Amino acid sequence: MSVATQDTAIRTGRVTRTLIYVVLILFALFYLLPLYVMLVNSVKPLEEITGGGMMSLPDAFTIEPWKQAWASAQIGVEPTGLKPYFWNSIKMVVPAVTISTVLGALNGYVLTKWRFKGDTILFGLMLFACFIPFQIVLIPMARMLGLMGLAGSTYGLSFVHIVFGIGFTTLYFRNYYAVFPTELIRAAQIDGAGFFQIFWRILLPSSGPIAVVSVIWQFTNIWNDFLFGASFADASSQPMTVALNNLVQSSTGVKEYNVHFAGAILAAMPTLFVYIVAGRYFVRGLMAGSVKG
Amino acid sequence: MAQSANADLKTRLQNWIPKLVLSPSLAVILVFVYGFILFSVYLSFTDSRILPSYGWVGWENYSKLWRLSHWEISLTNMGIFALLYITLCTAIGLGLAIFLDQKIRGEGMLRPLYLYPMALSFIVTGTAWKWFLDPGIGLENVMHTWGWESFKFDWIKNRDYAIYTVVLAAVWQTSGFVMAMFLAGLRGIDNEILKAAQMDGASNWNLYRRIIIPQLRPAFLSAFVILSHLAIKTFDLVIALTGGGPGRATELPATFMYSYTFTRNQMGIGSASATIMLMAIAAIMVPYLYSELREKR
Repeated sequence: MSVATQDTAIRTGRVTRTLIYVVLILFALFYLLPLYVMLVNSVKPLEEITGGGMMSLPDAFTIEPWKQAWASAQIGVEPTGLKPYFWNSIKMVVPAVTISTVLGALNGYVLTKWRFKGDTILFGLMLFACFIPFQIVLIPMARMLGLMGLAGSTYGLSFVHIVFGIGFTTLYFRNYYAVFPTELIRAAQIDGAGFFQIFWRILLPSSGPIAVVSVIWQFTNIWNDFLFGASFADASSQPMTVALNNLVQSSTGVKEYNVHFAGAILAAMPTLFVYIVAGRYFVRGLMAGSVKG
Repeated sequence: MAQSANADLKTRLQNWIPKLVLSPSLAVILVFVYGFILFSVYLSFTDSRILPSYGWVGWENYSKLWRLSHWEISLTNMGIFALLYITLCTAIGLGLAIFLDQKIRGEGMLRPLYLYPMALSFIVTGTAWKWFLDPGIGLENVMHTWGWESFKFDWIKNRDYAIYTVVLAAVWQTSGFVMAMFLAGLRGIDNEILKAAQMDGASNWNLYRRIIIPQLRPAFLSAFVILSHLAIKTFDLVIALTGGGPGRATELPATFMYSYTFTRNQMGIGSASATIMLMAIAAIMVPYLYSELREKR
C-alpha cells in the first residue's frame, strides 16, 4: 500500500489477463470468506445456523446476538458480556502504546543523532527482545509482576507490553531519524540548543508519519495479544482476546454460534477500524519491521 | 575562567544526557528480557514443579523432554506446520504480487482485501475458521443442505488432518502480508533491464525466472525470517481453533510449554521446552539481525 507506483514493463495477452483476473478475484473471495461468515451469522437466530444456513443471508434479521455478546453473554462465571473486557483492553492499550512510542522516539533520536561506541549492539539487543518466544519469560515475569504488586491488573499488562514493544518503536524511529539531515542538528548545537530543545523543536515536528506507524503497530499488536493476557491477567483484568476465547470455548450450555461471531467482530472492530482508516501506514509498519530502512 | 569551566561542565552534561535517556529502556530490557531468559534457562536445570525450586538436576529435564511422546508430536506438528505455512505463504504471496503487478484495474480495491486479515487477532481468526470448518454446522452441513449429501469435510475433527486446518487459517492470515512484501520488491525493479531483455525476445516466463525473481532475494529472505519466527511462536491460533486437539493432534511447542508449565505443573520441563524454542528462533534471528545491522553507513 505504501509501495511506489512504478508500472512493470511486462506485457500480457488477453487470455492471460483474464486468467489473472479470475485468480485475483478468487483469492479476494477466499480472504473475505471468514469475514462474511462472521457478519451474516452474527445477525441471524441460532436455528438458522444449526439448520445448515451458515452461508445464507439471514431470513429473520436480528441484532440480539450483538446485544448478548456485548452485555449479557456468559464469560467464565459471570454473565457480563464482553463489555468490561473491552474496557480492560482499552485501559491496557492506551498507556502501553503511548509510553512505548515516546520511549521509542527518544531512543531512536539518541541512536541516530547522539551515537556512541557500541550503540548498534545495544540496539540489536533491544530488537532481538521483540522476536524471542515469550514463553521464555513467562515464569519469571509472572513472579516479578507479583513482587511489584502489578499481578492481575491492566497496569501489569501495560508494563509487559511496553517492555516488549520498545524494540519495535525504537526500530521505527531509528530508521526514520537516520535519514534526517544531521547538519541541521549540528547547526542547532552550534547555536547553543541542547539535547531536548533539538528533539522538541527540530525532530518532533516532523515525526508525525512515523509516530502514526508506531502507534498503529503497537495498538494492533497489543490489542491482539493473547499470551500475556492469558498468563498474567485475572478475571477482573482480562483483555478482550482472552474473554472472547473464554466465550467461544465455554463448554456449558448450548453453543451460541451467532453470539460467538458477534463477539469475534467486536474483538476485531478496533483494529479493523484502525486498519481501514490508516491501513497504508499499518502496512508501512509491517514492512519496516522486516526490512531495514 | 569561571565561564569556560561552566561551559565545560555544560558540555559534559550534554554528553551524558543521551545515555541517560536511553538507560531506562535498556535497564528494563536487560532485566526483564535477558535477565528473565537466564532465569528460565536456569529453571530448566532444576527440579521446579508447580513453583520455581532451586535443586540442580543437570540435563534431566531435557532428557525427560525428549522421551515424551507429547513433545515428539509437538515437534512433528511444528515441522509439518512450518514447512507448509512458509511454503504456501511464500508461493501465494509471490503469485498474488506478480499478478497484481500486471497493471490490474482495481488493484487499489484488491490490496486491502488481501491484507486486512493481518489486522485481526488470531483468536478472531481461529473462531471464524473453527465454526466454518466444523462439520456439524459449517461447510459440511451447508453442502448437505444444498443437496450434496455425500460431501465430507471433517479435517478439524480428524486426528490425521487437523494440523492442516491450522495451516489453512494461518496462511489465510499472513499470506496477504507476504504479498505486500513481494509487491514492494517488484515495484523497485528497474524496467530498463526488462525492456532490453524483451527486445532480445525473452518470454515473460524467462523474464520472471531469470531477471525478476532473482532480484527479489531480499524480499524472500525477509519473508522467510518473519514467517519462520511466526511459525515457531504460533500459540493463540491453535488455542482458538483446535485447543491442541483432537487429542494432541495439533499441539505445537508453544502450547506444549504452556500446558506443561501452567496446567501440569512441570515447570522444569516447561522451561526446557521454552529454552529449545528460544534456541530455534535465535538460530534464525541472530544471523539475520547481525547482517542487517552491520555497519553500512
